[in-house]
Parts: sequence; structure tokens; C-alpha cells
Amino acid sequence: MNKALLTYLVWPLVKFLIAFIIVQLIVVAMTWIERRLLGFIQARLGPNRVGPWGLLQGIADPVKLLLKEDILPTSAEKIAYFLGPMLPLIPAFVVFALIPYGPPPAFTVTRVNVGLLLILAITSTAVYGIILGGWASNNKYSLMGGLRSAAQMVSYEVPFGLSIVGVLMITGSLDLVQIVRYQETNAWNFLPQLVACFIFFVSMNAENNRTPFDLPEAESELVAGFHTEYSGMKFAFFMLAEYSMMIVNSCLIVTLFFGGWTFGMFGVGLTTSVLRGMGFFGGILGAAIFFAKVMVFMLVYVWFRATFPRFRFDQLMDLGWKWMIPLALGNIFVTGLFILAGQERLMYWIGLALLGATVFYLGRKPAPRKGIHASRVSEA
Amino acid sequence: MDAVSSSMPLLVFVVIGTIAVASSILVVAMRNPVHSALFLLLTFLCVAVLFVLRSAEFVAAVQVLVYAGGIMVLFLFVVMLINVRHLPEERVLSPVWLGGIGVGLAMFVLFATIVRPGTYHDEVPNADKKLTTVDETYLTQDATNPNRLVRHHRQRENRNAEAVGMALYTDYLVPFEVASLFLLVAMIGAIVIGKRELSAAEEETAPDYMLERVETEKEVKEALSA
Repeated sequence: MNKALLTYLVWPLVKFLIAFIIVQLIVVAMTWIERRLLGFIQARLGPNRVGPWGLLQGIADPVKLLLKEDILPTSAEKIAYFLGPMLPLIPAFVVFALIPYGPPPAFTVTRVNVGLLLILAITSTAVYGIILGGWASNNKYSLMGGLRSAAQMVSYEVPFGLSIVGVLMITGSLDLVQIVRYQETNAWNFLPQLVACFIFFVSMNAENNRTPFDLPEAESELVAGFHTEYSGMKFAFFMLAEYSMMIVNSCLIVTLFFGGWTFGMFGVGLTTSVLRGMGFFGGILGAAIFFAKVMVFMLVYVWFRATFPRFRFDQLMDLGWKWMIPLALGNIFVTGLFILAGQERLMYWIGLALLGATVFYLGRKPAPRKGIHASRVSEA
Repeated sequence: MDAVSSSMPLLVFVVIGTIAVASSILVVAMRNPVHSALFLLLTFLCVAVLFVLRSAEFVAAVQVLVYAGGIMVLFLFVVMLINVRHLPEERVLSPVWLGGIGVGLAMFVLFATIVRPGTYHDEVPNADKKLTTVDETYLTQDATNPNRLVRHHRQRENRNAEAVGMALYTDYLVPFEVASLFLLVAMIGAIVIGKRELSAAEEETAPDYMLERVETEKEVKEALSA
């Protein structure tokens, strides 16, 4: 076989397929993990009937959805209604070709010099499915869901992008591999960029329409929002795209702020050169570290969902425009000042202090609450 | 194999260019505004591919990020908010259309004359080298005297994002800032106009959402009659 064909077509395709299958397995696992974890947090059981501990729920659900009737509402826009669930799948899947899973070159599918920007560009088109699906259903609730999603996406795209700028300023590259290589010789970026990391996490929740920000499908107001009229596999595709995008964003936060496939800082620990020294096993280990970190963030997503009540829409907009964007701009300014002063190491200590203060503040003994609730607790 | 790989960019250009032109015609030909917006989206994506073909990955990425990810979403948002399902049927070849075609042809001739090599920019003997490398000056400490800085000059591979950033913040700084000022002015104008209508509506006794609906309907009627 032609060598160029092998290096530029066959190998990338094989690597992409492997990454793709791993990601889809995570999606299947998440359908079970999320509900079990939600159940655990809410002091109930969750699905535990299909197979041992309900493990086969991830198979039972797709089968059920496959067998369901595929409904097309009368006077729905047929093509747009069909495209709705399909469109968000394309960006959600394509992005996995751009994310480095392990030490390069063996565990990266492609390397683009504007990689991060390209990922942002591709993921920003994922919203069309929701907007189109909501509009094509010819249902007021669906349309409202689609409109909310459009407004929310456009608003949170800005802090999402701005929070990355700080990382780009200290690493000096848009190439994800370069960003990870920087973090293993210095500290992981969440230390010097703690504020950016926080903004990124909040915005990625908003971008994914996850629970504190799930207004496009707020079931107490909009029935089921943009997917009210969808059933069967089309509904499943919406869910598949949502969970794939969650994994994309977890991959991004791990790569940008938590050292990607490496496990170590300041050149100590499992860095790329150490992993490369271990040969193929090292590569697998790097990929395992990467996906372990991604899983941690998937669980944080669930934890976040179980913890916070849904925002009102104006609160959501206020948070985005009045808090997140100024905070992100301020972060860029402060980062610029530190770089200008040549005091980048000082940012680590500030980040550490901020982290410590947050943990201390959240971990302190709560003051006794006033009102009915507190009196009931004290009686009991 | 070589013949295939060397003619690949041309093939991609022909296919994507055709789609871009066809979908941009459909933008104006479609009677449903949402369909028009979707074809505009397709045009933007195709143009991004054409940018990649000219090895301008940065511009391509920004094109998709800003136009496809931001502006088109807002377009769709507005179109869906005023919920115009179908524009009235119109004859395709009205005199106005002929005028439009005339203006389009004139623009085409203008662009073709300007962009032709040798007119607007000088013909570069080694055009490909100019595109892929960038001249860079950088400062280092002098080896003998640490207090002295020496300016070096080197040619290295052009990284797209850097090239755009350097151009924007050095040679084209003033036009860039003027453009951003324009945007700021436009934004303030939009807020002022929006706020004024809001305060006029507050004087009425009817609930806001009804007034808004009346206003949107008025706007739709105006848009339809225009």
C-alpha cells in the first residue's frame, strides 16, 4: 500500500475510530453512572433492575428507543425536523479527531497549528441542531427552547472563549500538544489560571445545557423544550450529541487546565518523556490517565447537576454578561500584568492561596439557619 | 497517485466553490427566511474550506467561529423570534433584479481588475516562500556585555495565528482600532434605540408583552411591505 496513503488516511482513521469507540462507551456508561450517582446523592437507588446493579441499563435504553415509534408531527418542517438531531452529532464527533489523547505522535489523530481555535469553531456549530429541531417541530414550547438555547449559546460562547485566552497567553500556543507540554514542565494551568478554570467550567455547563443552565429543556416550564416532539432514535440522537459534547468539553478542560495525558508538574512525575520511555505501554498509560481525568469531570458534571437548582432565564443572562465576561476580561488583564512583570511563578502562589481560601470557606461549619427549617432540625 | 494528490486541491476547490456559489444563490432564492439563513451558513462553511485551501487556517477557524457560531445563530434567533414562515411570492426577474445583476457584474469586473497580480500588489518572484515563512526580529542579551541587547533577524515557518496577530497589531493597528470603535458606536446606538422604545412602552397601561407583540407584528408587516 502507498506509504502516504497509510500515514495520512489509514492510520488517522484507525486512531480516530479507537478514540470514537472509547468515547461512545463512555456515553453508554454515563447513562447508567449518571442515574446511579444522582440516586446516591438524592438518597434513592436509581436503576438497579437490568443485570447486576442495573449495569445493563445502558443497553436496555437504546434498545427501547430503537423500537419506539418514530413520530413526525403534522405541519413540521420535514427536512429541518430530520436535520435537527443529526446536525449536533457532526461537530460532537469530528472534534475527537483534534484532541490529543496520549503522548504524540502515536496517540494524536491530527495536529493542527490552530487546533484549539478549530475545536472552538467546530463545537460552536453544535447549537444549530437544537435551534432547528425546536423551530421545525412547529410547537411553541419547542420554539421557546430553541430560542433560549440560541441566546444562551451566544452569551456563554464569549466567556468560554475569553477564559481560554489566559491559558494561551501563558503557554503561547494554540496547539493542544504544546499546551500540555508546557503544563508538564510548569504547573498545571488551573493553578495560575484558577479564575479562568472556574469560568471555563461554568460556561461549559451552560454550553451543554446541563442542569443549572438547562433552560432550553426546562421541563417545569417548557414540557421538554426543544425535544418535546421528538421520539425514538431522533430523541436518542439529541441525547447522544449532548453526552458527546460533555465528553468533548471534559477533554478540553483536562487538556487546557489539568495537564492532559501527563501526571506530574515541574518536569517530575509521569511526563511525556517518561511515558515515551516506557514504549507502547507508556502510551496506553497516558491515554488511561487522560480518560480517567475526563471521567472525573463527567462525574463532576453529575455532581453539579444534583447540587444546583435551575436558574431563571434573566439570572442566567445576568450571570453570563454581568459576571462571567467582566471576570474573564479582568483575568486576561491581570495575567497580562504578571507576564509583563515576568512574575509568572507568582501566579501559582496566588492560585494556590485562592484555592485554599475557597476550600476553607466552603469547608467551614455552616452557621445555624433561621426560620422553620432550622427549628425543625433542632427539634429532631 | 501523484496525479491524484496534486490535483486534489483543484478538485476540492471546484466542488466546494460550486457548492458555495450555488448555496449563496439559494440564500436569495429561498422563500422561507430560515432556509435562506441555513444556506447562508452553508456558504460560510464552504468559504472557510476555501480559506484552508489557501493555507489560511486561522482565518478559516475564525470565519466559522464568528460567522457560523455567532452571527448566524443570532440571525436565526431573530428570524424565529418574529416567526416569518414564508415571504410573499415575487416575480424572479423584476427590473430591480436586473439592476442587481448589473451591479453584481460591475463589482465582479472591479474586483477582477484590482486583484489581478501586478495591479494591487507587486508580483512576488517567490510567492510560495513568502506565504510560508515570516521574517522575525528578536532581542537577546549580548554574550560579552549582559547589559546590551542585540537584535537578531531570522526567517522561520509562518504560524498562521501569529502572522495575523502581528499584522493586526503592528501595520494595521489604526484601522483595526477604528473598526472596533465603529462597532462600539453601533452597539451604543442599538442600546439607545432599544431603551427609548422601552421607555415609550412603559408609559402605556397595557402589559409589556402585549405591546411587544404589537410592535413585532408591526415590524413584520413593515419587513413584508418593504
